[in-house]
Amino acid sequence: MIVTSGLTKRYGQVLAVDDVGLDVREGDIYGFLGANGSGKTTTVRMLLGLVLATSGDIELLGRPMPRQAAAVLPRVGALVEGPAAYGHLSGRANLTLIDAAGAGAPRRSRRARVDDALEQVGLGQVAGRKVRAYSLGMRQRLGLAAALLRRPSLLVLDEPTNGLDPQGISEVRELLLGLHGRGTTVFLSSHLLAEVEQLCTRVGVLDRGRLVLQDQLATLQQPTGRTVVRTPDAAAAHALLDGRVERLSGDRLVVARIEPAELNRRLVAAGLRITELGPERRTLEQVVLAATTDSPVVSP
Amino acid sequence: MIAVELRKLVTRPRTWITIALIDALPTLVAVLLALTDIGPRPGTGPAFLSAVLSDGTLFPLAALAMVLPLFLPVAVALTAGDAIAGEAQSGTLRYLLVRPVGRARLLLAKLVSVVAFVLIAVVVVAVTAYVVGALLLGDAPLSSSVSGTALTQQELAWRTALALGYAVLAMLGVASIALFFSTVTDSPQGAAMGALAVLIASTLLLTLDASQALQPYLPTRYWLAFVDLFRDPILWRDVLRGVVQQVLYVVVFLGAAWANFSTRDITS
Repeated sequence: MIVTSGLTKRYGQVLAVDDVGLDVREGDIYGFLGANGSGKTTTVRMLLGLVLATSGDIELLGRPMPRQAAAVLPRVGALVEGPAAYGHLSGRANLTLIDAAGAGAPRRSRRARVDDALEQVGLGQVAGRKVRAYSLGMRQRLGLAAALLRRPSLLVLDEPTNGLDPQGISEVRELLLGLHGRGTTVFLSSHLLAEVEQLCTRVGVLDRGRLVLQDQLATLQQPTGRTVVRTPDAAAAHALLDGRVERLSGDRLVVARIEPAELNRRLVAAGLRITELGPERRTLEQVVLAATTDSPVVSP
Repeated sequence: MIAVELRKLVTRPRTWITIALIDALPTLVAVLLALTDIGPRPGTGPAFLSAVLSDGTLFPLAALAMVLPLFLPVAVALTAGDAIAGEAQSGTLRYLLVRPVGRARLLLAKLVSVVAFVLIAVVVVAVTAYVVGALLLGDAPLSSSVSGTALTQQELAWRTALALGYAVLAMLGVASIALFFSTVTDSPQGAAMGALAVLIASTLLLTLDASQALQPYLPTRYWLAFVDLFRDPILWRDVLRGVVQQVLYVVVFLGAAWANFSTRDITS
């Protein structure tokens, strides 16, 4: 759905995006991670044809961008760097205007499309109110509604849960999962690891303009081969497993080079109390930190 | 897209407040004239104003001569300066462009909406001035040309139409300059100020003998040439020069606006 190769953007002396090769496949919920200022938004803007790349190629839905923007963008819904709307108009009037601005959808069904989008994001109740009186969360929802107007096959969302309360965040998550279930590919840029971890199937990490990591989330979080044990008898366990314990902190031991089943048998046989025992998995945070600090740019 | 822009123009409170303010000046002048009966001596003050005391139906022209040098250009510069930069500042520009709306198409729609604004403003000024003039000021059917000979109602009507068209063209020149600045900056005020600075500089240079060589090219040089349309016979020279000059300004600045806007990074 999104393929870029050698995508580069230079602002004067500053290399904002450097040789990025994104690969977002149909059916993905792709989490695009990176610290603030890492080049996420510039990349998103290049994908949508707002910012022109210094070099490199972009393909969206199999067509080159920005050359074929007129054919591609009607099938893409986007939220870029926060929502924006005309404050003196109501939410519904805003959506009606933005729908009318885009070509290729019948005028007769406009009302139905607008109502449908408002309903999906839960703004039906306040659709008649002026946007000026909306809260940040309501504006965010309105931006999402605008992105959903044409039932896009690809959603490009930049920080979609910004400004939402926990309730709103979980609603947006449900909405995105629902859309994904109906076949929408989602490209989600975020700096919130937890959000991406809960939602995404594939992850790309941007660090100072470079794509330092891109893989299936499940692959990244594969068991490391070590086993984590929690036990109130940590000291005894440490003595018993002499040499195999890699880390001991409080009641938590990380044990290497032994099968979990065998480990469990030995501990129980020794009469130790075990609260928890399972394979060690890296959290997304560990993966991202490892990828961003290992990057060659860091070395002084 | 043009329909969308027109809808935005008419649903915006600012449009109507601006037009009401433009309209207020000639109305105030009419009321003052009617109350005091003191008109400027012929040949002084804004064009036509000395004639309106006896013939109120000439007041639309007097009103136009009053708002054209300052009020109307300021309003047009504000509206056209807001066209792209305003959308950029409010963040809506990026959402229009990813809808997608082609950049050239958006620019064209903005221009049409500015022209619509000018037309509404000019027509509102002319109609109010006609009504106010007929009600408050003299009704002696003088209908004279500036040269002193009599004009028939019919002649007066088409000359007025020509004058209105000329004023709209002059404002289109202002709009093009402001629209160009609007694609350069993300600040609508900055774009409007840029266009006004050009007009003020032009007006200033026109009073300076040393800038004589430049004067035929200054955008405000022929603005008030529409008065010549009411001479008998019509003095076409300045009017035609004004038309050619404004068309050139429109072509050059719209071209520059398009060239700049279509290759620009939208980072707002």
